[in-house]
Amino acid sequence: MLAMNYRGPFRVRADHKPDPVIEHPGDAIVRVTRSCICGSDLHLYHGLVPDTRVGTTFGHEFVGIVEEVGSQVTKLKVGDHVLVPFNVFCGSCFFCQKELYGNCHNTNPQASAVGGIYGYSHTAGGFDGGQAEFVRVPMADVGPTVIPADMDQDDAVLLTDALPTGYQAAEMGDISEGDTVVVFGAGPVGIFAAKSAWLFGAGRVIVVDHVDYRLDFVRRYAQCEVVNFREVDDMALHIKKMTDWLGADVCIDAVGCEAAGSAAQTITGVYTMMQAGSATALHWCINSVRKGGNVSIVGVYGPTFNAIPIGNALNKGLTMRMNQASVKRHLPRLIEHIQAGRIDPKQIITHRVPLEEVSDAYHLFSSKLDNCIKTVLIPPSANQVRAVASTANH
Amino acid sequence: MAHDNEHTGHTHQHDAHGNHTGDLAVFQHGRPPVDRSAIQGWGADLDRKNRPGVPMERTPPRIDAPLTQPEQQRQDVEVLVSLERPHMTPLFGSPNPPRGVSGMVRRAAFKETENDIRHWLLLMLADRIDVVEGLVEDLARGHVPNILGEMGIKAEWQHNKKGLAQKVVIGAAVAGIACYLLKRRDHRY
Repeated sequence: MLAMNYRGPFRVRADHKPDPVIEHPGDAIVRVTRSCICGSDLHLYHGLVPDTRVGTTFGHEFVGIVEEVGSQVTKLKVGDHVLVPFNVFCGSCFFCQKELYGNCHNTNPQASAVGGIYGYSHTAGGFDGGQAEFVRVPMADVGPTVIPADMDQDDAVLLTDALPTGYQAAEMGDISEGDTVVVFGAGPVGIFAAKSAWLFGAGRVIVVDHVDYRLDFVRRYAQCEVVNFREVDDMALHIKKMTDWLGADVCIDAVGCEAAGSAAQTITGVYTMMQAGSATALHWCINSVRKGGNVSIVGVYGPTFNAIPIGNALNKGLTMRMNQASVKRHLPRLIEHIQAGRIDPKQIITHRVPLEEVSDAYHLFSSKLDNCIKTVLIPPSANQVRAVASTANH
Repeated sequence: MAHDNEHTGHTHQHDAHGNHTGDLAVFQHGRPPVDRSAIQGWGADLDRKNRPGVPMERTPPRIDAPLTQPEQQRQDVEVLVSLERPHMTPLFGSPNPPRGVSGMVRRAAFKETENDIRHWLLLMLADRIDVVEGLVEDLARGHVPNILGEMGIKAEWQHNKKGLAQKVVIGAAVAGIACYLLKRRDHRY
């Protein structure tokens, strides 16, 4: 099969690899029809995630058609078009029993902090991802969700990570009616966090970034205010001024470990790796939120340590919540939101690229060329599958 | 952004001394409230009963999942296991088992706990060694990797010619200065 193949920092290519096989009776093999490149994939692409092995296929945002099922799979059948949450989870462990599907204890032998994630290094379980023609999907009766008949697969693919993560970011902010919410980062997750903040009853939503075309997009798409941090002297001071010197009620970090905006953070966190990434966005969250306010973190950081003003968080009496999104938990409600027209996820897709051009797709997204917001990779067999599926339906 | 003409409890005033007055529970930092009717779905999940993430830990889970531990996946390749786990997990990814020198470093990394920074630093070192091994592997099977292609030079050429030219000029300048310094050093001895 054709699959994305990681060769080292900033180097990926499309290669032929052996097709995945059923390795467990609960597995399914899914033929991928759409697979996104996620902002989190860029941390892998830039070589910042420990235990990212050469030869790995990335891709934790994908939808596809069930091609084969293991002997224990009873709910999915061959031919089902499914969206696959980025979490690999069992549904039965201590954490899954609490609906913490991103923290499954049965799918990642290499690390205890996080559950399995498709195509996200061996630190997240060593599973190959969906930027390929086929992918192995463990616990197929538990993870995947059949795409509703009336749903566009471009909407469905955004339900695998970007939208649930943005939505959970807003939910973890514990927004009360009328709250002022500041979202740091105008990437796909930040865009969806801003959009979701209104659903939770925010009174004011402000998005901060330094990429003008993304700020223009989010201003229109999420009907919010925007701030380009390159145009202000001090981010926390600016937010204070915007909020009558109190600070925002809720700050959301939708950036993670490669944040721009602070030379000290970038040098120590990205160039010299003295800390687990550049924590500029989190630093700004803590210093921009009001006393007693909430900070929600969905940006990805490395497993070691980061320089953040935790003393300020203590003195301000902040509540901080963070996690990988528990995708499956949010799906029913998010599907309702899409069907009711409250969110139109596919609007953020700017590029649809054949899988064969994965090297250029990564570079385009990483360097923010051609006003790229969200890239979808389409494997060569995806069109053929649609043809087969439509034939089967007649 | 559009605003309502009437305040809906979101008031924020100062008295003569500059002290905050009004309903602090719902004030909006001096801004009139937004026109909520213009925002599709505003407040749909305002009621916490509608929030699928509330409470944070929810038992029993609302998915139809088996309550039994998954069967153990057969292990045909080496899989490293964190010291902070009692044993192998029932499910794991089998691609790209440890190999070569990078594999030796990875095995050493897994002799330390996740809590120990050496674990992560060794893994980062192994990743860099793995890149070199990947190049050797490519060459060994007669494949000369197109490194610039892998780095997306086509996209750079299509969408950022100026930036590409800048990188070429800077690269040439750095190479030129390096050559000059090396030559000067050779003349000195």
